[in-house]
Amino acid sequence: MNDLLVADSVSKNFGDFRALNAVSVSVPKGSIFGLLGPNGAGKTTLIRIINQITMPDTGQVLLDGEPLKPEDIRNIGYLPEERGLYKSMKVGEQVLYLAQLKGLTKQEAKKRLKYWFEKLEIGDWWNKKIQELSKGQAQKIQFIVTVLHQPKLLIFDEPFSGFDPINANLIKDEILQLRDEGATVIFSTHRMESVEELCDHIALIHKSNKVLDGKLTDIKRQYKTNTFEVGLQTDSIERVSNEIKEKFEVLPATFRNLNDDVKMNIKLDANDSSNDLLSFLTSKAEVHHFVEVIPSASDIFIQTVKNN
Amino acid sequence: MNHLPLIIKREYLTKVKNKSFIVMTFVSPLIMVALIAVVAYLSQLNNDKDRSISVLDETGVLSEVFVSTEHTTYTILTTESLETAKELVKSKEDFGLLYIEKSIDLTNVLPRVKFYSDESPSLSIMSSLEEKIEKKLSDTRLFNDGVDIEKIEASKSNITIAQETFTGEKTSKIDSYLKLAFGGAAGYLLFMFIIIYGNMIMRSVIEEKTSRIIEIIISSVKPIQLMMGKIIGTSLAGITQFTIWVILGGILTLVLSAIFGISLSELQSPQQDIISEAMKNPEIAQEVQLGLQSFFNLPIGNLVIAFLFFFIGGYFLYSSLYAAVGAAVDNETDTQQFMMPILMPLILAVYVGIFTVIEDPHGTVSTVFSFIPFTSPVVMLMRIPFGVPIWQQVLSFLILVGTFVFTVWFAAKIYRVGILMYGKKPTYKELFKWIKY
Repeated sequence: MNDLLVADSVSKNFGDFRALNAVSVSVPKGSIFGLLGPNGAGKTTLIRIINQITMPDTGQVLLDGEPLKPEDIRNIGYLPEERGLYKSMKVGEQVLYLAQLKGLTKQEAKKRLKYWFEKLEIGDWWNKKIQELSKGQAQKIQFIVTVLHQPKLLIFDEPFSGFDPINANLIKDEILQLRDEGATVIFSTHRMESVEELCDHIALIHKSNKVLDGKLTDIKRQYKTNTFEVGLQTDSIERVSNEIKEKFEVLPATFRNLNDDVKMNIKLDANDSSNDLLSFLTSKAEVHHFVEVIPSASDIFIQTVKNN
Repeated sequence: MNHLPLIIKREYLTKVKNKSFIVMTFVSPLIMVALIAVVAYLSQLNNDKDRSISVLDETGVLSEVFVSTEHTTYTILTTESLETAKELVKSKEDFGLLYIEKSIDLTNVLPRVKFYSDESPSLSIMSSLEEKIEKKLSDTRLFNDGVDIEKIEASKSNITIAQETFTGEKTSKIDSYLKLAFGGAAGYLLFMFIIIYGNMIMRSVIEEKTSRIIEIIISSVKPIQLMMGKIIGTSLAGITQFTIWVILGGILTLVLSAIFGISLSELQSPQQDIISEAMKNPEIAQEVQLGLQSFFNLPIGNLVIAFLFFFIGGYFLYSSLYAAVGAAVDNETDTQQFMMPILMPLILAVYVGIFTVIEDPHGTVSTVFSFIPFTSPVVMLMRIPFGVPIWQQVLSFLILVGTFVFTVWFAAKIYRVGILMYGKKPTYKELFKWIKY
């Protein structure tokens, strides 16, 4: 078994509304799995089913090959998008309470808290009330609550919202470190640059259906169009452009560069190789810029959602 | 995993440590006692007011009944005409003028009596004046018919019916009052407890929703555990508060009556006179004896046990509904429409208790309402001091428990869905849809 978590054709209805329609995803062990989708696609419903907050109507969820049991809450850490803490409760008491709900003993929780408080540069907040903290500070506490019981599966729903760039980076590094230490992370976000940066695997849910999933690099390979972005320097711009346009399918391109005279995206047929293109170009002009266009996660997201 | 003790502990501690809770706990008895003291003082002030009333009696025979007392001075006017009397009374700033018109034949024709004053007199003043005149008139008539008034006075008698059950226990009227007091207190206590602490549960559910912590908690514990933990923790806090209130209230009353003891006894002087007078009377002394005895004759064991069971059952029944309401809405202002169906049966129970149980504790209405689960805790608690067969108590309690299990299931369904719903106020139709989720 290489998958830590498998959702097997999970469906969920709320009255007449079908929130999830036979969605299956597999989250490989030790990966950072991006769960993507527009608002209202059903991501949160799926996450809640994994957390056993709601039960699926049909289908099942396997954790380590076993159907989910109530005890599995110990193995899952969940940072919901709608998050908050008891406002008038002291930080220390609150975190201890939440950790004990996850099955930690008080002593163990205290010990680990000390470690995390130091690591995230949280000073003497123990006796402060949540309402006295800033939003970012409260988010840090929330993050600690999520990871304190060392779950093998971590679920983050928009983990970076509310953090300034410095703290967002801090949290990002913590997530990567937790992954390196063996945790598996499910990561739901709209911020495509963090998907690009963090995720190994993604699944895209749209209108209650899974429309795409797999390894991010595989998906990119699948979505790439054999297009190359080129920048050429030549005295006779018009002639060179026309010669290229005769031979290849050309699209306009914009990118920043120093004094390039010809900028274009060139789409190759399946039987053309990039070397052929390159040698053709070098024979016509001086090549300053030559790079394969790889679709970004954002492009894939938008394209897939539009096509569906 | 059973997190119930942990949740109960947190709910209890947050309630008890809450500043407004602490203030309420210690200030309420002060306010209550102060309020009672103020009311007592004010009513004393009112009684103390001295009044002078002038009487113009044209018949000449009635004036002798107006004898001045401590607070009321009567001035008998004799010679003036009505107009001059009015002027005189106004200039003297008397409270009022009682004018009894001349009547030829007092035996057959009632005199016309009028009272002139700036402020309209209170009912008690008027009835006391009327009583005086009526008494004199009927005495006069009896006398004219040749009846010896003194003999009539001497013939007056006072009967107290002694009560005894077939098994030989002596009871008394005091016994009934005592039962009423016990039942009423128990029922009313439950009513107050449900309203105060039910609301507290509701607010705590809403707080969890608005602070958005609910999803984190719910990913660790089952909603029903959270709900039960809340209900139990809050009721423990409530019991703590109630106990402190009772103790503090007791101490404060003792202290106050020690400090103002003299003035308090002065305040109550008429009643106290009656009591001390009554104590001299052997029959009434025996009555008090019987009252004490009937206190010990109350089914105390049954009362205490039934109180615990019905109190807990009734409280849980209602507080689960309060929790469900809290889960269904986003803020306290939206709770109104859902509160009505909860409060109606509760208020109905109290009214049935007050109007029917007192009249006939074992009548059809009382009996039926002591079985209907939403009214049974209050009504049954009021009935029990009058002696309710054990099978009825057990049956009523079983119905209560059955309903309680159902409402908890029902409330948990709404709770489970509701706590994750934000933004809009649900309709009843939607609530019923949630049950199927």
